[in-house]
Amino acid sequence: MMVRVLYFSWLRERIGVPSESIETDAVRVNELLDELREKGERYKLAFRQTSSLCVAINQELGDMDSDITEADEIAFFPPMTGG
Amino acid sequence: MKLSVQEEPFFPDGKIGHFSNLNQETGAIVTFLGKVRSDPENHLDYMLIEHYPGMTEKAIEKMMAEAVKRWKLIDCLVIHRYGKLVPGEDIVLVATSSKHRREAFEAADYLMDFLKSRAPFWKKEISQNGEAWVESKEIDELALDRWK
Repeated sequence: MMVRVLYFSWLRERIGVPSESIETDAVRVNELLDELREKGERYKLAFRQTSSLCVAINQELGDMDSDITEADEIAFFPPMTGG
Repeated sequence: MKLSVQEEPFFPDGKIGHFSNLNQETGAIVTFLGKVRSDPENHLDYMLIEHYPGMTEKAIEKMMAEAVKRWKLIDCLVIHRYGKLVPGEDIVLVATSSKHRREAFEAADYLMDFLKSRAPFWKKEISQNGEAWVESKEIDELALDRWK
């Protein structure tokens, strides 16, 4: 399946693009992350540490075990700093 | 309920005045205005606020609906800016209205706690020492536990 993957804040800067389309058969967020790390050094560095990484699936917060088989849009970002 | 996620500045006096005149059953209005602050030790040139268009609105609307339901608010208003902001500028305005003050105070407090760490905004500070993304604070995450 084809999903739109978005990156924000320093993840966007480290990876170098704000979003991209990815062809994946990953079932869970973790599996997609493993595939992304294979894409190159920038991805490996950006996703080296995932303990504080946030993910949104179709614009709803999820976690690394969330199912993504119904997802059109998956976003990765560091903890939010609004307000 | 009214939400605006916008790049352009807003005028708090006008927004609060308008909000205040909408309903005759209102006995209390609480407002919170968050501003860009500069530190004397590290002078801030400006701040860049990035957000996730679409998700930002959805996430904040959900918080507002929850606040209205939980504290039986008459109304609430959130304005949150993104883009480039210099010290002294307003970032966020939260206003809540209810029959009595306690509900309006608590709901505004709740909304600010959730805007801090559950609305997809990220702040970058540009100062004489270079640029740095603002890190989330553990205390902001812990603050959410108060509302469980």
